[in-house]
Amino acid sequence: MPNNRLNGRPKMPQRTVQERIRDFDEVPLGLEKWAAIEEAKRCLQCKKPSCMKGCPVEIDIPGFIGLLAQGKIDEAVMKIKEKNSLPAICGRVCPQEEQCESLCVLGKKGQPIAVGYLERFLADYEREQGIDLQKMPTQNGKKVAIIGSGPAGLTCAGDCAKMGHKVTIFEALHSAGGVLIYGIPEFRLPKAIVAQEVDYVKSLGVELELSVVVGKTLTFDDLLQDGFKAFFIGTGAGLPHFMNLPGENLNGIYSANEFLTRSNLMKAFRFPEYDTPTKVGRRVSVIGGGNVAMDSARTALRLGAEEVCLVYRRTKKEMPARIEEIERAEEEGINCIILTNPVRFVGNENKWVTGIECIQMELGEPDESGRRRPIPVPGSEFVIPADTVVVAIGQGPNPLLLETLPELKLNKRGYIEANEVTGATSIPGVYAGGDIVTGAATVISAMGAGKKAARAIDDYLKNKS
Amino acid sequence: MVKIIKKEVLTPQIKLMVIDAPRVARHAKAGQFVIVRINEEGERIPLTIADFDSEKGTVSIIFQEVGKSTIQLGELNEGDHITDFVGPLGKEIEEKNFGHVVCVGGGVGIAPIYPKAKVLKKLGNRITSIIGARSSDLLFWEDRMQSVSDALYVTTDDGSYGEKGFVTSVLDRVIQKEKIDLVIAVGPLMMMKMVSLLTKKYELPTLVSLNPIMVDGTGMCGCCRVTVGKECKFTCVDGPVFDGHSVDYDELLARQRNYLEEEKRAVENWLMKKAEEGVHHAK
Repeated sequence: MPNNRLNGRPKMPQRTVQERIRDFDEVPLGLEKWAAIEEAKRCLQCKKPSCMKGCPVEIDIPGFIGLLAQGKIDEAVMKIKEKNSLPAICGRVCPQEEQCESLCVLGKKGQPIAVGYLERFLADYEREQGIDLQKMPTQNGKKVAIIGSGPAGLTCAGDCAKMGHKVTIFEALHSAGGVLIYGIPEFRLPKAIVAQEVDYVKSLGVELELSVVVGKTLTFDDLLQDGFKAFFIGTGAGLPHFMNLPGENLNGIYSANEFLTRSNLMKAFRFPEYDTPTKVGRRVSVIGGGNVAMDSARTALRLGAEEVCLVYRRTKKEMPARIEEIERAEEEGINCIILTNPVRFVGNENKWVTGIECIQMELGEPDESGRRRPIPVPGSEFVIPADTVVVAIGQGPNPLLLETLPELKLNKRGYIEANEVTGATSIPGVYAGGDIVTGAATVISAMGAGKKAARAIDDYLKNKS
Repeated sequence: MVKIIKKEVLTPQIKLMVIDAPRVARHAKAGQFVIVRINEEGERIPLTIADFDSEKGTVSIIFQEVGKSTIQLGELNEGDHITDFVGPLGKEIEEKNFGHVVCVGGGVGIAPIYPKAKVLKKLGNRITSIIGARSSDLLFWEDRMQSVSDALYVTTDDGSYGEKGFVTSVLDRVIQKEKIDLVIAVGPLMMMKMVSLLTKKYELPTLVSLNPIMVDGTGMCGCCRVTVGKECKFTCVDGPVFDGHSVDYDELLARQRNYLEEEKRAVENWLMKKAEEGVHHAK
């Protein structure tokens, strides 16, 4: 066994920059077993654990870490799965530094327990060793329809099934996972892992119907006639925002959704083996500062771009992306052009983008988000040359299903109005959660909403009969 | 998985397939489309619904073999399966009695014009149809169009069948002599642009059905965006039918050329692969 002592919190082993920017394989490699156990031993096993308060799905964090510290790996995995059906995903994409880890007592004086690394280790270990946790729940035959197979839908489906309901997930795309499949790239979340987590949910007795657009292929009335008694809408915030600037429809300008969907869902990085192409020029600019912008920039690099830059209107401090993701992007050579805002897109005679005219910004007083508002500096316009531009400035609610349910109450921003605790909407028996309620947020908060809704659906169905 | 229950070769490059898809057929309306994915490696191809039978549970698609995916689709036969067939997507046309409607179909656009003419005829509209193609070997469904039209004109660019010339010259003539309440045009972008320019002169309400490059087809990616009036619209959820006088055709024409190189490469690659397989089989 190698040096089996840790000096405080372990560093996540990751692939070198030279190696990783040439392919789409995962960057962080995961902890080894000995390191995971050593780290678990550092946990103070607080009587009143504050870490749990930071977890939207209420995982018994000291519980699973304690079992891991004792080497009881199988039991530790089961402890997580009591609350979280998708630990391999959460261990990778949750912002632990803002959630459980930020509340860890050890973090006050030193470094918090690496909860995320341990969760990932256990989930990966289970998968690699093939631990069989399955106990098929007994079904009571009440039919629940879940619309959308992203993190909110999968969680709600898994939990409803565990409570004995007969669950069907309807997914519009040809592959299950929602944003986990089309949005988050392979190098951050391998699709084999998503497939495995989907299989886990299916093993609980959940049926999955792909390529069904609820509202179009099947209407709500169809589902009612089919005997569905309760519904969960987890359709995500799938409508990409554009900047509405002149020249935005020039060729070579993508929404982040399109750019990532081509690469992730449609596997354009393997064109022509896969049929869907994508186009990446020599110089790529990504507009935005969130995780989706980082994912787009790093995808562009792997698709062969020579120079990739991020254009962001505030400073690095205000970027909504996880620090870890900004660091990895910068390590890979991605250049952050901050305090810069596009004003129009410049193109050539073939209507192909050649650059972005930008204006420099300075930070003024804080705005409603609490971040200092960027203000343009007059006369500071300049052009960033670019052959490919990815607009990653966020998303709105996809109207497709909502249009077919006019009685469903929406908020001012067009998202579904749902009770924060139960996910209940204005239609009895219809619950909603995830980005279609909150606007673009995290995987784990969507899962938390799915979980709460499952409990409320169970109560609703019990009271109904 | 859906099954191809009937295949018909309409012209050497244009094929019709009747698909067993009861759920899609049940809610389908004229103007809507489906997304087809042939196999696991396949792209998502948007195809306008050419006809549907909600009782039999079937949907007809018509496609011209222009790229790798459509060539590959054309090689499938009755009894074969297609991995994904999702729909009906997009918005349907307004179904009412407008009065006198002129339906203009160009090339493979004859397929999507047919269900529109059919439903509008049923609602009591007088239908004048004008269908055209480059030459006679690209023309199909004259009989079907005849069956839903009060008057039918046929043109070919090269004069190999019907009247020599473009659909627009016939349309101009019809406009001169008859009162028209609505023009619907579906076909190549350039044709829809020319029709719209012509009807704009006479201020005749005109609808066109766009077929831009798409990926998901459900409003998620924005690939199919098009400027209509001053607004950016997504063809897949806001369309595919739009006011012909407001569409920015030049922008869309440029966007259609986005992947020309890749499309060519995909066809070459596919033909080479097939040739290799052929050699292999010969051994």
